[in-house]
Amino acid sequence: MREVAIVSFSQLPSSKVIHADEPELVQPVTAAAMEQIGLTQDDIGFTCSGSTDYLPGRPFSFVAAVDGLKAWPPIRESHVEMDGAFALYEAWVRLLHGDIDTALVFSFGRCSLGPVPEVLNVQNDPYYVQPLGLDAISAAALQARAMIDARKATERDFAEVAVRNRQNAVRNPNAHVKGPLDVEAILAEPYISSPLRKSLCSPLSDSAAAVVLAAGDTARKLVERPAWIRGIDHRTEPHALGQRDLTASASAKLAAEKAGVRKGKVDVAELHAPFAHQEIILREAMGLGEGTEINPSGGALAANSLMTTGLIRFGEAASRVLSGSADRAVAHATSGACLQHNLVAVLEGE
Amino acid sequence: MAEHCAVIGIGQTKHSESRRDLSIPGLVRDAAVRALQDANMSWKDIECVVIGTAPDMFEGVMMPELWLSDALGASGKPIFRVHTAGSVGGSTAVVASHLVQAGVHEKVLTLAFEKQSESNAMWALSPAVPFQPQLVAGAGGYFAPLIRSYIRRSDAHPDTGCMVAVKDRQHGLLNPDAHLHLDQSLEEVKASPMLWDPIRYSETCPSSDGAVAMVLVNDKHAARVQNPAWITGTSVRTERTFFAGRDQVNPAAGKLCAKDVYDQAGITNPLKEIDCAEVYVPFSWFEPMWLENLGFAEEGQGWRMTMEGKTKIGGEMPWNMSGGVMCTNPIGASGMLRFAEAARQVRGTAGRHQVEGAKVALGHAYGGGSQFFAMWIVSSER
Amino acid sequence: MSEILSAPYVLEYTYTRSTGPVVGRFLEGLRYEVLEGVRTADGRVLCPPVEYDEQGEATTGEFVQLRPSGTVKTWSWVEEPRKSHPLDRPFAWALIQIDGADNSMLHVVDAGEAKRMRTGMRVRLRWAEHKSGTIRDIACFEPMSPFMPGPVHLEYEVNPGQHYSAYLRGLQRGQIIGGKDPESGKVYVPPRAADPVTGRPTSEYVEVADRGVLTTFTIIRIPFEGQKLKPPYCFGAIVLDGADMPIYHLISGVPHDEIRMGMRVKAKWKPKEQWQTSLENILYFEPTGEPDVPFEEYEEHL
Repeated sequence: MREVAIVSFSQLPSSKVIHADEPELVQPVTAAAMEQIGLTQDDIGFTCSGSTDYLPGRPFSFVAAVDGLKAWPPIRESHVEMDGAFALYEAWVRLLHGDIDTALVFSFGRCSLGPVPEVLNVQNDPYYVQPLGLDAISAAALQARAMIDARKATERDFAEVAVRNRQNAVRNPNAHVKGPLDVEAILAEPYISSPLRKSLCSPLSDSAAAVVLAAGDTARKLVERPAWIRGIDHRTEPHALGQRDLTASASAKLAAEKAGVRKGKVDVAELHAPFAHQEIILREAMGLGEGTEINPSGGALAANSLMTTGLIRFGEAASRVLSGSADRAVAHATSGACLQHNLVAVLEGE
Repeated sequence: MAEHCAVIGIGQTKHSESRRDLSIPGLVRDAAVRALQDANMSWKDIECVVIGTAPDMFEGVMMPELWLSDALGASGKPIFRVHTAGSVGGSTAVVASHLVQAGVHEKVLTLAFEKQSESNAMWALSPAVPFQPQLVAGAGGYFAPLIRSYIRRSDAHPDTGCMVAVKDRQHGLLNPDAHLHLDQSLEEVKASPMLWDPIRYSETCPSSDGAVAMVLVNDKHAARVQNPAWITGTSVRTERTFFAGRDQVNPAAGKLCAKDVYDQAGITNPLKEIDCAEVYVPFSWFEPMWLENLGFAEEGQGWRMTMEGKTKIGGEMPWNMSGGVMCTNPIGASGMLRFAEAARQVRGTAGRHQVEGAKVALGHAYGGGSQFFAMWIVSSER
Repeated sequence: MSEILSAPYVLEYTYTRSTGPVVGRFLEGLRYEVLEGVRTADGRVLCPPVEYDEQGEATTGEFVQLRPSGTVKTWSWVEEPRKSHPLDRPFAWALIQIDGADNSMLHVVDAGEAKRMRTGMRVRLRWAEHKSGTIRDIACFEPMSPFMPGPVHLEYEVNPGQHYSAYLRGLQRGQIIGGKDPESGKVYVPPRAADPVTGRPTSEYVEVADRGVLTTFTIIRIPFEGQKLKPPYCFGAIVLDGADMPIYHLISGVPHDEIRMGMRVKAKWKPKEQWQTSLENILYFEPTGEPDVPFEEYEEHL
C-alpha cells in the first residue's frame, strides 16, 4: 500500500463567534495550509471537505464553501456530510490510487448559528427518540451515569479530565476556553443534565481547519519530517443507546486494533471527546496508558467547532510528529451520540 | 491501483411518488437485500458500507448513516457518508470503487436513497434563510435560461426536448421499477403546459421515493457471479456556480471529467467505443446538451442525434434505456441509478430494456448548478 | 279542495333490550374500552361478536381481545348528516374489518373530507368520552395515517459574512457593489471571499451600473410552494455594465413576447425610503430602449 502523510495543517483560532460566511472561513484556512509548504490549489490533486447542513440550518452549505476555493480549471473534489476527519479518510483512499500525489482536506463549523445540543437531536432515530427531544448533553449524561453506576469512574475523575485539558489549552493559541479551573470548582458547578456540569462539556465554537496530504516522495520533498499515516480505520456500532454498552466503546477498540495502535509506544494522542467522561472510555478502548500524553492541545473540551473538531485532532497530532516532538501519535475522531462511530489513525515520523 | 473492481450485485426498490408502505430503514434495506441476493452474498460478507443521499433536510435526519447503520448491517464495520449535491449517487459509487481498487476492502456495499415524500422538496431545497435571495424561480428556474442559451447557440430544433421526453418515457415502459409509466405521443408532450418557458411540464422529471444498492468486489470475489461489470474508469470534477466567462451550457468540469474517464478506459471515440449510456437528464433538453458535453456529438450538433432517433434503444447510441431521471428521480439515488443501470447493461441483466450485446457503458451524474460531475465506465471485460 | 290537516308527531320509546351472553359481554367490554371478538366453531373471529354465525352454527363463547384498529372494506360519504346520525359534521359510513377479525363492523369514520376516504384505508377506533353500554361507546373511527408527524423546530441566528454584508449595505444606499480581483481585473457581483479563477479575495470594492444586458431568461408559468409572485413572470440573467458575471432578477415593464436575449435593461428601484439591506430594493429590471447588444458580445456570459 502506498505511503501517505500529513504534511501541513492550519486552523482558524476557535472562538464563540466568527463573523464570516462559508467562503470567508474556507479561503484563509486552505490558503494558509497550502502556503506553509509552498503549494497552491493548482498543485493539489484532490480536494475533500466535511461539514453538515444542520449547523447553518440550510441545505448545500458545502456548495457555498466551494466558493472559497480556486476551482479553475475544474478540480477533483468530493464532500462528506461528516467530520472533516472522515474527509481526510476519503482523501487517503484517493491517494492510494497512485495517479495523484497531493490532497487538500478542509472542514468548517459554526456553532454560533444555532442551538447545537437541540440540533443534534435531529441525528436521533426519528420514530422513537427525535419526538422526545433528546439533546446531545442529556444523551452524553446517560453515558456518564452508566460509567458511575458501573464503578468505572467518578464525578471527580471526570472533573480531573476537564482540568487537565483546560490546563493544556493554555499553551494552545487556537483554543477557545482555557485556563485555571480546579476540580473543586467544577464539582461546585450546577448540573446541566446530571451528572454533567458545564465544564465537563465542550464549549461551542466557530472555526475551520485544513490539512494537506501527500504521498511518498512528494511528501518527503515538501517537508523534512512527514507525519506518515501508518494505520487508519473507522467503525460504527448500533444506533440505539439501549442496544450498546455505553460504558465502553467497542467501535473505538476495533478501529484502534485495525489501525495498529498497540504495535508500538504512543507518545501522544489527540482524542475527540466532546464530554470529559468520553476521554476515559476512549483511553480504555484504545489501550492508551500512562506513557501517552493525552490531548496536549486541550482537546474538544477547549474548542469544539462541530465537524471540524475531529480534523483538528488529526492536525494537532500530526503537528507533533512534523515538529519532531513526537515519533508516534494517535489521532481520533468521533461521530454520533455517545461515541457511536469512531475513526482512529496512527501517525509516525520516518 | 492495487486491485480491479467489479459490480457483482445490483438491487433497487420499485420507485414511486410515495413509498408509504416502507420506513426509511425499510426502503434502504429493500434495495440492499436485492443487491446482496444478486451477488449471492449475505450481510456478513460485507466489509464496509458507503452511503449517499442528497440534503439531510429532505428526510429530517441529520447524518442518517448513524441511524441507518443497524438497518444496513454495519455494526462493527466502517460506514461512510458522501454528499455532493445531485451528483451524490455517482460520487458515492466512485468512493466505494476506490476502497476496493486501493485494496482497503474486498467487498463493499454502496447505496443511495431519497424519500422525498417525507417532506416538501421546495422547502428542503430553499428554506427562507435571512439575507439569502428569496425563491423566485423554483426548481426549473435556474435551468430554463441555460436551455434557452443552448437553443440560441446551437439553433436547435424546438421539438428536441419533447422528443427526448417521449423517448425516455417509452424506455421507462420497459422498466418495471420505474416510477412513471407513461405512453405519450409527441403531440401530447408538446401540448403539455409550459412551466418555465422553454421547459414544458412533460419535459421535467418526477419526484420519487427510492433506493439503489450495489455490491462492489475485487478480483478475488468477482467469480461469485458469471457476469461481473468491471469498472474501467472513474472520475469526479467540480467547478464553481458562477464566475466570469463560465460556460454554463457546456461546462468545462463535465468535459474534463469525461475526458479523464475515457482516458482511463482507453476510449478515444465514445460514439464508437461505448455501447450505451445512462446520463443524468432531469430536464429533457439536457440530453442534447450532455451529448455534446460528453463528446458524443460536436458542439451544436447534439440535438440532431436526438431528432434522428439515434438515442433510442436500437439506435446508434442508446441513452437512458431505463427511462432515466425523466421517469424516476429519487434525487440522492438518481446518480447511482445511472451508474447501476450502466452496470446492468454490460452484465446483460437489464431485462426488457437491455441493449443487445452491450459491452461498454457510461454512467453519469451531475449536480448543483451544472458544476459537480461524477462518471464511470463499466465493461464486460476486465 | 278542502284543507288537509297536519300536526307534528314523534314516535319515541326506549326499549329494554336483553343482549344475551355474547353481545352483552361485548358491550360491557366497551365500557372499559376493551374490544373483543368471538371465535366460531370453524376457527374464525367475529367482531362484533354474535351468538350464531351466518351458517347458523353456535359460536364457541371463546372471546379474543382485538386491537382497536381496522381496515375499511366499503364506505359512503355523508356531506349533510341527518339528526339521527352519530356525527353532526360530514362523515362516512363504513364497514370496517377489525384487525384480527374475519367479518366487518358497521360504524362511522370521522375523516373530515371525502377525499381522505378510500377502500382499504386504515382506521383506528376513537372511544366516546361518556359510556352508555352501547355501540356508541365507540364514538367513531378515524383515518390512521401511514405517516407520523416529524416536526423539526430549530432557532438559528444567521450572519451573511463580510463580503455579502458589504454588498447588502451598498444596496441599502442604492448602489450595486462588486468585488474586483486585483490580478485578473474581473468584477464579481456580489464580492466574494475567493475569486473562482485566482482563489484570492475580491477585496477591492467597486460600484457597478444598475443597467446592463439581459443575456438569457425564462418565463415562469408554474405556481409552486413559497412563491411570492403570481405567474406568469420573467426571470433573467443580467450582466451589469462594469461586471463580469450575471446577476439574476425579474424582468418586467415589457410584454413577455417582446423580451429578447441581448436586450438592454435597467433597474427599477423601490422608493428610496423603503430601501433595506436587500436585493428586493430593486423591484425588477425593465428595458432601457437602447438598441439590442449583438449575440457575439454577450455570448461568453451564457
